[in-house]
Amino acid sequence: MSAVEGIGDVVAVVLLLLGAFLCLTAGLGLVRFPDVLTRMHAGTKPQVLGVLAIMVGAAIRLQGWSATWMLLLVAAFQMLTAPVSAHMISRVAYRRRHVRRDRLLVDELHTGGEVRDSVYRGDEPADAPPEQPAEALLQSRREDRADGRTAQPPS
Amino acid sequence: MTVVFWFAYGMLGIGALLALVRLGTGPSLLDRVVATDTLLVIIAAGLAVHAGLQRDPTVVPVLVVVSLLAFVGSVSVARYIGGMLVASTGDGQDVGLPEAAEEKAARAAEGDR
Repeated sequence: MSAVEGIGDVVAVVLLLLGAFLCLTAGLGLVRFPDVLTRMHAGTKPQVLGVLAIMVGAAIRLQGWSATWMLLLVAAFQMLTAPVSAHMISRVAYRRRHVRRDRLLVDELHTGGEVRDSVYRGDEPADAPPEQPAEALLQSRREDRADGRTAQPPS
Repeated sequence: MTVVFWFAYGMLGIGALLALVRLGTGPSLLDRVVATDTLLVIIAAGLAVHAGLQRDPTVVPVLVVVSLLAFVGSVSVARYIGGMLVASTGDGQDVGLPEAAEEKAARAAEGDR
């Protein structure tokens, strides 16, 4: 049942152990790193390489086409979705100041010096929250007025 | 083979335990999101290791469900946090977040030098 026979099984077991080791490093990094972004760096190691190694190992051991296709589906899905979720989490972490901005080497999201900006008003754009919400809101209102799309409020 | 079992499940278990520690103590909600994501990936990896070592293909569909759940959960919580209100009047440094306070202190110390 679970005996190791031949070179393929040895390769599979080595891949499974490699993936398990990457999971261990992810846990260690999550506990020891100081910041949301660095914790993401540690936590996404098993999300791509670890899961790929484990899927290949399990596919070698399982020896059935249905299981192989399903494992391939899981691997492809992980590779598609890991960048998306990492992008969203890191963007929100930057915008909500869970990141020490003075420790960043490259800070391409920063839009300028000391700006005065105030509160979200509740009708910010429905996609990502802008870096300076009040300024963006004023800008969109100006554009609306220039286009004449908004009806004048009854005065 | 028993040694391989012990090593694989031991590493996976310790990794999951450390992710749980971060899930409990994480200072911000985003740390918990990252920890939950990693924990679900470790669970999926453990299921796959079980399937591989025992030659038992019955848990493979569960694997698909767990990986889908990890993606949907982390993305939806990230969107939810992104819409939360921050009342700020400066460069966002006065809202009382610990990282922003540290950064402000560091910048002030750099200015003094």
